[in-house]
Amino acid sequence: MTKIKTQSLHKRHSELAQANRQLQILSNGIFVEELPTFADKIKETGHFPLRPGTLEVLQINVGYMCNQVCEHCHVDAGPDRKEIMTWETMELCLEVIRNTGAHTLDLTGGAPEMNPNFRRFVEEASKAGIQDFIVRSNLTIIRANKKYHDLPEFFKKHNVHVVSSMPHWTRGKTDKQRGDGVFDASIEALKMLNKVGYGMPGSDLRLDLVYNPSGAFLPGDQASMEKDFKKALMDDFGIQFHNLFAITNLPISRFLDYLIASDNYEDYMYQLVEAFNPSAVANVMCTNTISVSWDGWLYDCDFNQMLELKVDSKVQHIRDYNEAILNDRNIIISQHCYGCTAGAGSSCQGTVA
Amino acid sequence: MSYYDPKDLRKFGDITEWSEELGNKYFDYYGKVFEEGALTAREKSLIALAVAHTEQCPYCIDAYTKDSLQRGVTKEEMMEAIHVGAAIRSGATLVHGVMMMNKVNKLDG
Repeated sequence: MTKIKTQSLHKRHSELAQANRQLQILSNGIFVEELPTFADKIKETGHFPLRPGTLEVLQINVGYMCNQVCEHCHVDAGPDRKEIMTWETMELCLEVIRNTGAHTLDLTGGAPEMNPNFRRFVEEASKAGIQDFIVRSNLTIIRANKKYHDLPEFFKKHNVHVVSSMPHWTRGKTDKQRGDGVFDASIEALKMLNKVGYGMPGSDLRLDLVYNPSGAFLPGDQASMEKDFKKALMDDFGIQFHNLFAITNLPISRFLDYLIASDNYEDYMYQLVEAFNPSAVANVMCTNTISVSWDGWLYDCDFNQMLELKVDSKVQHIRDYNEAILNDRNIIISQHCYGCTAGAGSSCQGTVA
Repeated sequence: MSYYDPKDLRKFGDITEWSEELGNKYFDYYGKVFEEGALTAREKSLIALAVAHTEQCPYCIDAYTKDSLQRGVTKEEMMEAIHVGAAIRSGATLVHGVMMMNKVNKLDG
C-alpha cells in the first residue's frame, strides 16, 4: 500500500521535479520500440500538427501552494511550494480578462484561495462579466482555517462556479489519494456549499465535482460514475451537486513518480495508447484553452505548464498577450497527451468525445 | 518461468488472425454482453470478476479487477463478489456429498 507523501517532489529534490527528466522518460523506453509516439498517432488521423480552434477558456494558475499534498497531483503542489502569482501579474491578467473572447475563466492552483490576493482578484475579475467563472477549490481549504470558512458566501456573492475534486464517495479511497482526513473535511465543505445554495437542483450556483482515479487505471464511464456518486453522497450525507467530470490522470509529475515507483508505468502507457480515441483529438482542451502560469507565461494547457513547455508563438507572456497571434500556433505535444485522448477523452471539463 | 505472461493479455485480439470469422463473432458477442442492459456495466463487471476467480483465469482476474476499479467498485464489494463465487463453487462440491451419502446408504445402509 502506498503511503501519502507530505512533501512535494521539489522539496524532496526528486529528479522527477525536473520537467526535462519527465519529458525524457516520456520520449524514451517503450516509445522508442514498442508504442507509437503521440505525434505518429495523430498523423494517422490527420490531426498533426495540432492547431487551436476558437479560444473558449482562459485558465489561470495563481500559484502552486496548497494545503494538501495529493498523491497524483500533476502540479506537484503543496504547502512547501512558494510560487505565487503577484498582484502585478494579476493586473496583467485582469487586463486580458476584460478583453478576451473566451467565455470561461478558470482559476486553479494549488489551492487558489491561498494566494493572498485571491479575493481581490476574484472581485475584480467578476466585474468583467465573463459568462462562466470557475474556481477550482479543493474543498478542504474551506475547513482549513477560520479565515476560509466564509468562502461559500464569497463564491456566492461573485457567482463563482465551484469545481472540486472528489476521487471517491468512500473515505478510504479518497484519503489514500488526498491525505488523511481529506474525506471528512470535504464532506463538511460540501455541506457548507449546499447550505448557501451551491449544487442544489435548479440552482444557478454551480457545483461540479471532479473524479480522477485513485490508482493506475482509467476513469469509467462519466455518466455512470455521476449516478453512483450522486446516489452515495445523497444516501450517506444528504449532499447534492450538479455534474461529475471524469478526468484521466496524466503521466507527469507526482502521478508519473507513482507509476514508476509502483511498477505500473508501462502498463498504464499501454492502456492510454490502446484506448486512443481519434474522435477525442479534435476536442482536446488545448485546442480551446490558454493556460497562464503564476509568473505570467503562457502554455497550451496546465499539463504543458508543469512540463515547462511554453506556447510555440511570438507571444509567450501575458504582458504581450494577443489572441490573434496566439491562435496562429502549433500546439506542443508529447506522450502525456495520450491521457487526454483515451476512451471518452479527458479535459478540465471532463470527457470530450 | 510461468506459463502465463501478463503481456499476452494485450495480444488477446490476435486470436482472430488464425480464425478471423469466429474470432470476430466472439469479440462482437463479448462486447455486446458487457454493454449496459437489464444489468448495469458495473454489475456485469462484478459478475465477471467472480467468475474470473472460479475459472481461475489470471488474465480475467487482471482485466476485471482493473475494470471494477474503473467503475468505482470498492475493495469490499470485490471481495464479497469473490465470496459469492467461492460459496457456489464449494457448494457445488458439497452438494455432491448427497450422492456419496446415497451410495453409502445403498451399499452399506
